[in-house]
Amino acid sequence: MEKKETNAIEELYREELMDHYQNPRNQGELAGADVSYHDHNPVCGDEVTMQLKVSDGEIKDAKFTGKGCAISQAAASMLTEEAKGKKTRQLLQMKTEDVLQILKINPGPVRIKCALLALRALQKGLLKYEAKLLKAK
Amino acid sequence: MTLNVNKIRQDFPILKRKVYGKPLAYLDNAATTQKPRQVIQAISEYYENYNSNVHRAVHKLSQEATHAYDEAHEKVAGFVGAKMEEIAFTKNTTESINIAANALSSQLRKGDEILLTQMEHHSNIVPWQQAAKRTGAKIRYAEIDENGELKMRQLQQLINKKTKVVAFTHVSNVLGTVNPAKEIIAAAHEAGAITVLDAAQSVPHIPLNVGELDCDIMAFSGHKMLGPTGMGVLYGKEEVLSEMEPLLYGGDMISEVSFDDAKWNELPWKFEAGTPNVAGAVGLAAAVDYLQKAGMENVHEHEKKLTKLAYDRLSKIEGLKIYGPPPNKRGGLAAFSLEGVHNHDVSAMLDAQGIAVRGGHHCAMPLARLLGIAGTTRASFYLYNTAEEIDKLAAVVKTVAAKMKSFAKVK
Ligand SMILES: Cc1ncc(COP(=O)(O)O)c(C=O)c1O
Repeated sequence: MEKKETNAIEELYREELMDHYQNPRNQGELAGADVSYHDHNPVCGDEVTMQLKVSDGEIKDAKFTGKGCAISQAAASMLTEEAKGKKTRQLLQMKTEDVLQILKINPGPVRIKCALLALRALQKGLLKYEAKLLKAK
Repeated sequence: MTLNVNKIRQDFPILKRKVYGKPLAYLDNAATTQKPRQVIQAISEYYENYNSNVHRAVHKLSQEATHAYDEAHEKVAGFVGAKMEEIAFTKNTTESINIAANALSSQLRKGDEILLTQMEHHSNIVPWQQAAKRTGAKIRYAEIDENGELKMRQLQQLINKKTKVVAFTHVSNVLGTVNPAKEIIAAAHEAGAITVLDAAQSVPHIPLNVGELDCDIMAFSGHKMLGPTGMGVLYGKEEVLSEMEPLLYGGDMISEVSFDDAKWNELPWKFEAGTPNVAGAVGLAAAVDYLQKAGMENVHEHEKKLTKLAYDRLSKIEGLKIYGPPPNKRGGLAAFSLEGVHNHDVSAMLDAQGIAVRGGHHCAMPLARLLGIAGTTRASFYLYNTAEEIDKLAAVVKTVAAKMKSFAKVK
């Protein structure tokens, strides 16, 4: 992580990110979701619930609900867009860098937790889902 | 007398720092304060000239270190109007309160009551919850009104024969409220309860005398009053500390040890088991010297002016809400929320302009929940802050508000 931290208001709160915050995509309950995972950041109170529909290891639909800072909520919104059509394996392999590339920011060591909240929830939810699938077999 | 703030600022090396190419405006003093050269130098001088263990060896260095360490107790005692025996050094306020809660547990029985307030910091809630769990005592909370002040009538009614401990914050680190400590302590004493004052946000900012307040136990942190981190203070009236059981056992806190048992050392050493933070004590003593030279009355006056200015400037911003009482009834801080903007985003945008504030629940989650908010953005002041910094704060908050509104319009 040699990259310069984003700090100017304009860089951190990019237009696209703010647009996702103010006009979230895929927000709401996903009826009949296969994956549903709620996570929160106890330090700042950001919350998300990430929901997915999965079949044959592929994400068919993704939605989220939540509340919190612009970065946490925009990340959730952008991630639902990113998730659709992806293989579960691909989502599970996503790393910090990938999220920051989607958000196009580097928020620094404290607020990185906000940026990663949605991905962490998504991955924890998927792992739980896969464990359940294995058990059922 | 007014403070010569320009001269004071010269004493704080960190205030010359730029962040993101902008001059630092440090407005997070309720979390921790910056350290003057005098404190930093006292600490390095200790390490360079007379570092050694205390109360043990007879060699010269140990004599000097012991003298400095004992003198630090005397200075801190003098600062709050206590006797040296009544001042034990700890890590921080949190540790001091834990020692108190642990010791007072032995006097608590099932059905006894511990009275706290709704505006407490976690460090003055969680230790009491544990004490209550261990003993079967019950915790009750004095309520706050819409101004963020304690409902004194309700508080008085809550104090009864079963009340054994009344523990409360002198100044709220979120609302800024200065609580009528003397009055609460008197009411508690009338019912025979022991009082524990969380003075983390008062000792650094207002002239305070324990004799006048008459509190039995008091806790505060050195790092919030220009001193180094890792230094806290537990004050207790001599007769109260004498009865209290220490939390830690080991070296230095004993007077006599046999294979079967041990006798505790005299006050305050009974509460200072093991090799203490000598460098920290030396640093704290230098901090006390610094504050005394500046004059606590002057520090308080200066903060009052800044707080009034901040309150006036901020409250003019549309959609901004300041929590807590009006400026004449508060300590040197203002926590606010901005409609439609999360406190983290406000803090981050201020940070981008070199203004250090804190966002969040400020370790008072029950209070945040009571206020119905996820958190606030808090600006807190000290003797080195300037009116220009407040102006800058208000100007940037205003820009943030406007910017967020412009995004909302796109919708
Ligand atoms: C009112 C109050 N009490 C207790 C504390 C805890 O202090 P420390 O973290 O130094 O133990 C703080 C500071 O964070 C505070 O503001």
